[in-house]
Amino acid sequence: MLNYDLVIIGGGSAGIASAIGAYDNGLRSILVLEKEAYLGGILNQCIHNGFGLHLFNEELSGPEYAERFANELIKRNIEYRLETMVLKINKDLTMVCSSVNGCEIIKAKAIICATGCTERTRGAIATQGDRPSGVMTAGLAQRYLNIEGYLVGKKVFILGSGDIGLIMARRMTLEGAKVLGVAELMPYSNGLSRNIVQCLQDFNIPLYLSHTVKRIIGKNRLEKIVICEVDNKNNFVLNTEKEFEVDTLLLSVGLIPNNPLLANLGVKMHPRTKGPIVDDNYETSVPGIFACGNGLHVHDLVDFVTNEGIYVGKKVSEYIKNGKLASEKYVTIEAGNGISYVLPSKFAIDKGVAEIKFRVTKPHQKSHINVIYNGEILKSIKKQYLLPAEMEDIKFDISKLDCGNIVLEVIDD
Amino acid sequence: MTKLICIVCPKGCHLEIDESFNVTGNFCKRGEVYAKNEVTNPTRTVTSTVKLNSKILKMLPVRTDKPIAKSKMFDVMEELKKVEVNAPVNSGDIIISNILGTNINIIATRTIKE
Ligand SMILES: Cc1cc2nc3c(=O)[nH]c(=O)nc-3n(C[C@H](O)[C@H](O)[C@H](O)COP(=O)(O)OP(=O)(O)OC[C@H]3O[C@@H](n4cnc5c(N)ncnc54)[C@H](O)[C@@H]3O)c2cc1C
Ligand code: SF4
Repeated sequence: MLNYDLVIIGGGSAGIASAIGAYDNGLRSILVLEKEAYLGGILNQCIHNGFGLHLFNEELSGPEYAERFANELIKRNIEYRLETMVLKINKDLTMVCSSVNGCEIIKAKAIICATGCTERTRGAIATQGDRPSGVMTAGLAQRYLNIEGYLVGKKVFILGSGDIGLIMARRMTLEGAKVLGVAELMPYSNGLSRNIVQCLQDFNIPLYLSHTVKRIIGKNRLEKIVICEVDNKNNFVLNTEKEFEVDTLLLSVGLIPNNPLLANLGVKMHPRTKGPIVDDNYETSVPGIFACGNGLHVHDLVDFVTNEGIYVGKKVSEYIKNGKLASEKYVTIEAGNGISYVLPSKFAIDKGVAEIKFRVTKPHQKSHINVIYNGEILKSIKKQYLLPAEMEDIKFDISKLDCGNIVLEVIDD
Repeated sequence: MTKLICIVCPKGCHLEIDESFNVTGNFCKRGEVYAKNEVTNPTRTVTSTVKLNSKILKMLPVRTDKPIAKSKMFDVMEELKKVEVNAPVNSGDIIISNILGTNINIIATRTIKE
């Protein structure tokens, strides 16, 4: 059996960043396990630009960003293994791994789970009609096109205005496909504003808000879809159907943390994020097991994933040095009015400053985010725009607080 | 007064630019440059792939090293279809220099060793 202080599952941006964070804080016995034949994770298929502007002061594409980080790992001589998949984690922090060497058991003093996310599929949204080929997630089409060089269709419609769908609308248009439109169930877009501009408006691709796909028609290959307007209770509005002859329907209807390993272990899961519940050190309910990146909660931006990974790596190295991290006194953090979730769910008072990540449930213009401690407003910050698609964070002083409850809320001005 | 969304980084600042090119709403300097360009000569970075002969991958991701005139995006795509690259390639290597006479290069964005 192999022994390491820290084993990181997943060699995407979160895994790499956490390895660097742990190494730079003095830890040396580190192993990164990655199931693919290369490091970098999902970024390898995100060939568009716009990554790392604020970190490197350069506008990079996904593979460039991934490569810079992978090089940082290699420069530090941090050990990693490719084409090695973790099949199971046990409570005693042993892992069952499968690779060309066969099956192996690896033991760690701490584990960081950085296994990324998966896309919601058609099953998760239950559309009516046939089940022809040509219906797939936008991320899968992205992988086919950018990694395999295979354009999945010529006449395309996109359901859901998530960023990957928007990016694929532009990508497939540039490759010569005709993208007839994007339908979004909500009355607002779920993608970044910049992607609405540069992926749809630049190519005159219509965005149908408050619309969804009502029927999917096709014998073997997709032939036609019917979209329909929905009201605010998500019921179809009569006589608003529109037909589109398409051979491809891409789904961009959301991402979910990919956590079969943690779920099987019985780690407590968060009902909203679908990732594990973590404390302020990003430790899960099972001692010694930590999580970060899209496996913890879905991030829109790799920059946030990187920062989170570095932080968690640092905390884990402290954990290994001291045998524990737990503090005496905590404040609990809850999502209040208009907040979809907050993360982490508690913060140690001796940390002095709490940094909380959250999302709102619906868009807001001029509004305030209030931090409420035991019923009183502790901090209030003004916001010009708030969108569910954009993760927010807030910092506030907790050093003078006692144990108690903090609620985050959004109030329109 | 023109309202724009800055597309330079994912923050997506809401910008306003007036007739005398005064820009407001930008979180950083790049937003100001973007707004001025967008109302005079809009440009975009084009990212795509080209055919690759390698043991590991079939496609090499590439991009323009600077933003190129928006009207030239499809012409760039046509040029990329004509190219085939052999491994090894380093990220940053020039794949097509001075594309369409614009002084802009197409560069590789991934290192492929073999
Ligand atoms: C299709 C798609 C497109 C995206 N586009 C953008 C974008 O344009 N811009 C942006 O900023 N962000 C984008 N994102 C968000 C992006 O995922 C994050 O920014 C960040 O790259 C996620 O890093 P991660 O390390 O958490 O996950 P990933 O990069 O997904 O890495 C997880 C890694 O874990 C490995 N793994 C999983 N399970 C196991 C196991 N059991 N054993 C071993 N290895 C395992 C996987 O192979 C993978 O390499 C996109 C996400 C997706 C899904
Ligand atoms: S103004 Fe600066 S921070 Fe704002 S979107 Fe543009 S580049 Fe990003």
